[in-house]
This record gives sequence, structure tokens and C-alpha cells, in this order.
Amino acid sequence: MSAPLLEVRGVSKRFRGLQAVDDVSFAVPPGGIVALIGPNGAGKTTTFNLIAGAIPPDSGSVLLDGADITGRRPDQACRAGIGRTFQQVKPFGALSVLQNVMVGAFKATADRVAARQAAWECLERLGLAAKAESPANSLTLPERKRLETARALATRPKILLLDEVMAGLRPTEIDQMVRAFADLSRETGLAILLTEHVMRAVMALSHHIVVLHHGQKICEGTPEEVARDPQVLECYLGHAQAAERAGA
Amino acid sequence: MRAARALDLSPRAAAALGLFVAVMLLLPLVANAYVVSVLVVVLFSAYFGQSWNVMTGFAGQLSLGHALYVGLGAYTSAALFVHLGLSPWLGMVAGMAVATLAGSAIAALSFRFRVGGVYFALLTIAFAEFTRILFDHFGWVGATEGLFLPVANLSHDDPLRLRGSSVMFYYLLLALSLAALALSHALLNRRVGYYWQAIREDEEAARALGIDVFRYKIAAMALSAAMTALGGALLAFYDNNLYPDTVFAMGRSIEIIIAPIIGGLGTLFGPIVGAFLLTGLGETMTNLSTHFEINGLKQWFYGAALLAIVALQPSGLWPWLRRALGLAEGRR
Repeated sequence: MSAPLLEVRGVSKRFRGLQAVDDVSFAVPPGGIVALIGPNGAGKTTTFNLIAGAIPPDSGSVLLDGADITGRRPDQACRAGIGRTFQQVKPFGALSVLQNVMVGAFKATADRVAARQAAWECLERLGLAAKAESPANSLTLPERKRLETARALATRPKILLLDEVMAGLRPTEIDQMVRAFADLSRETGLAILLTEHVMRAVMALSHHIVVLHHGQKICEGTPEEVARDPQVLECYLGHAQAAERAGA
Repeated sequence: MRAARALDLSPRAAAALGLFVAVMLLLPLVANAYVVSVLVVVLFSAYFGQSWNVMTGFAGQLSLGHALYVGLGAYTSAALFVHLGLSPWLGMVAGMAVATLAGSAIAALSFRFRVGGVYFALLTIAFAEFTRILFDHFGWVGATEGLFLPVANLSHDDPLRLRGSSVMFYYLLLALSLAALALSHALLNRRVGYYWQAIREDEEAARALGIDVFRYKIAAMALSAAMTALGGALLAFYDNNLYPDTVFAMGRSIEIIIAPIIGGLGTLFGPIVGAFLLTGLGETMTNLSTHFEINGLKQWFYGAALLAIVALQPSGLWPWLRRALGLAEGRR
């Protein structure tokens, strides 16, 4: 295996009494698609925030392309090559959808025409081109999630962090999004780290899955390995069903 | 035509803008001295509104103390002229430099310690008030006694020394306001304008897109302060007398922000439209209140206008007017 693109080494974060993330390590290889899953409150979003610089870890380190980016500010993390979306979407409401994405595209170029062009391409990838001129606050929630993604993509990241961007989508829309991300990763070599409750998407998309529970990594492996892991089944399905599944 | 394309205007909007500029250019030829003096007030209000709009309308940082920069521009240029005989235009540049420094320092202090929103607004008031009190005791610029510029009875206007008639100031201010319009438009269509608006809409999202929010907020404040100080210097040479309690007045800070809010916060033409409406009607109210001997009619009217806009047309008069006039073709 080649050197990892993103490497998370033993990061921990404590909020008052709660150990939100506890000594978590994993890696994303270049071009890899890794899913971070776990029940609500498992520490997925906190892990994202530690990687993207929104909050500094208490201990541990984050390396991108071999460079230590631990505790960088969010804008520095972005310039280092991390593109992220927010689970609680944060559109620039008064700006048009295209302008929203252009803000992201301006990271790579100061030229408006070039930024516009790059933004269009991202909108087309995410199926938002028809909405380009609409104000962002007129979008539905699933559309806003796609806008988050398009905006992050426009910063031309080395790795894209997707925080539950498929929540609320219909199954056909999920399949479209899965295809869009798979194409993106294959065509551009973009690495993706995603958290998702939609297992259909996680299983179809990821090469590798990391499972968090109560802030700790309890398991990682290929989708097939993870799906068979008794600990995972237990934390997801509860005792009875896990036993039933294991017996079946 | 090229100008229209550069400004991204529909033919109809370009024609409207052309007509507006033409009327403004010709007005002093037909208007009497009183009307010209009112128009000078309109243009001051428009220009200060445009300057304030950069910081609050574009970048979303609420300043309620812009009288500070008016005062720094006015006092710096006037004092350098009175005491050292420095050209008003050089004094203006000095005033802008002082205001830029003050604005950047206030912004850096506030944003460094994460003072935002209403607390930031309170801080801008505090700095303006504190400077007013400081100038009350600043002997070199006359303290509470005031600073006066020598009035020369010239037979002709002298723009180099900024001595002259209302008509001269009218044209200077018209040029300044149109320049501010062009500058605002250029900024909004560049990366910096997109970044400012992103910060206004959501700072956290802006940060995640690689924007150094701290730096861009300071830049907005610095530019807004410099533009305001330029107008302040002109105001000094127009009024010829400066008192801390009027130049740095809280009331001035409030007046500066009402026109752009009524006209349309963050829009290009809002501050201009708001200035015409407010000063025009405000002047009518002043005349009425003198005629009927009712005090404070103008202040009452300002309050009522603000209420009406907030209740009926919260995004301001200009966005509504633009639609009504059919100038809103296309996206903006």
C-alpha cells in the first residue's frame, strides 16, 4: 500500500465530562473512499471537526500528504487541501447557487471567469446546474446538501469530507449521488472520507469502513468484513437482532 | 455601451443610469442656490452611505460609529490646512491614512478577541464617543471652541484649495459618489466581494472554504474607514467649521446608516436612492415644521420611514424600485 493521503494518529477530544473522541487512528489512501460510521453520538462529526481544524484535538495528530496539519485553522486546513461539508448545512443564503460555489472556486483562482467555469462544472457534477441562478435559501434540504458538496469540491481539495450529505434523499437520488462520487473519485483521483447513516450508500461507495462507538474505534475493514463483525452488529442492531443475524 | 457592459447592466438599466447622471450633471444649471445646497447634503449622505455599505452591507460587520472616520478625515485635513498650510488634497490623503489606521486597529482588536455582532457594534460606538471626548480636550484643533477654516471671498472656485461655491462641491461630490459606485461594483464582482458576502452570510462556512475571515474583515473596515474619511475631509472644507460634538456626534453615525438601510443594505444603488428619499423628504419636513412651528418633524419622519421600510420592504427600497421600473432583467 502506498503512503496514506490522510493519516489520523491517535486523536482524542474531551468535552467537559464527555470523551467525544478517544484515541482514534485511521488512514485514507490516495484516491480511496473511506466511510466513518457509527450510531448517533459516536464521535463522527467531532472527528471531522478535528481533521478540518474546526476544533483542535487534545492529543494525537493529523497528517495530510505527510504534512502535519494538526490544530490548523479551518481556512488553513482548506488551503492545505481539505474540503468539507457541514452536517448542519450552511449555505450563503442571499447569494445564488452559482455564486455560492464560486466562493469555493476562488480558492484556486482569483479570476472571475475561471471561477465561474469551475463552479459550473461542480454544479453539473452534483446535478444542480438547473438551479444555478436560484438564491441558495430557496433550495430544499437535499439540494442544500448537494450545494455544500459542490462548494467544497470547488476548492479543489485533495480529500473531500462529506458529513451526511445523503440524508433525506430518495433511494434513486442516493444512487445518483453514489454514482457521482464514484465517478469523481475514479476520474480525478479525489479521496473521500464520509460519514453516513444511509447504509445503502456506505456499502456501495466505500472501499474501507471505520466504525466508531462512544468515541472509540471498534472495528475497521472492508464493507464485507465490517458487516460481519459481531461488535458492529451489536452496536447497530442491539443484542437480540445481532444474535439472530449471527445465527442465521 | 462599453460602460454598460462593464457594469453588467441591461440596456434599459444602462439608459436609466445614463439619464440619472445626465440630469445630475445639468441640475445646477437650472436649480437655485437652495436646491443645490440640499443636493450637496443628499450627495454627502449618499457617499457616506456607500462608504458604510462596504463594511456593513457587503461584509456584514455592523458599525454604528462611522462618525469617527468622518471626524478623523475632517479634523486631519482641516488642522493640517489651518496650521501648516498643507493642500486640502494632501490633507485628505493624510486623513484617510489616519482613519484607515484607526479602523484597522479597532477591527483587529475586536476580531482578534472574537467580538462580533451587536457587541462589535457597541464597540464602534464606544470608539467614536471616546474620540469625541478626546477631541473636546484637544487644544491644537480648538477643543470644544471649534476649528475654523478661513473663508476667502473668491470671485471664482478654487478646487485645488477646496475653496469655492456649493456648485463646486456639488460636482466634486457627484464625481465621488459615482466613483464609489464604480468601486463598489468592481469589488462585488471580484474575489474580495464574494468573500465579503460569504463572511456576511456565514463565517464558519466561509472559513471552511479557505477564507482568512480575520484579514478580510479588517480589509473591509479599513477601506470603509478610508472612504468615509475622504468624505469627511470634503465636509470640513464645505462647512468651514468643526466642533467635536457635531462632527463626531452619535446622531451623525445614525444618519449615515439610515439612507443605505432604507435604500437597500448591501445593494449598489440603495445608498443613493435612500439619500435622495430621506434628505429630500427630510428637507420638506424641516420646511413644514418651520412653517407650522412643530419641532422635530424631521426626526419623527426618519423614524416613521425606517419603521415603514422594516415592516413593508425589509430588503430596502431599491430592490423594489428596480423591479417596478423593470430594471431587474436577468439575475441581478
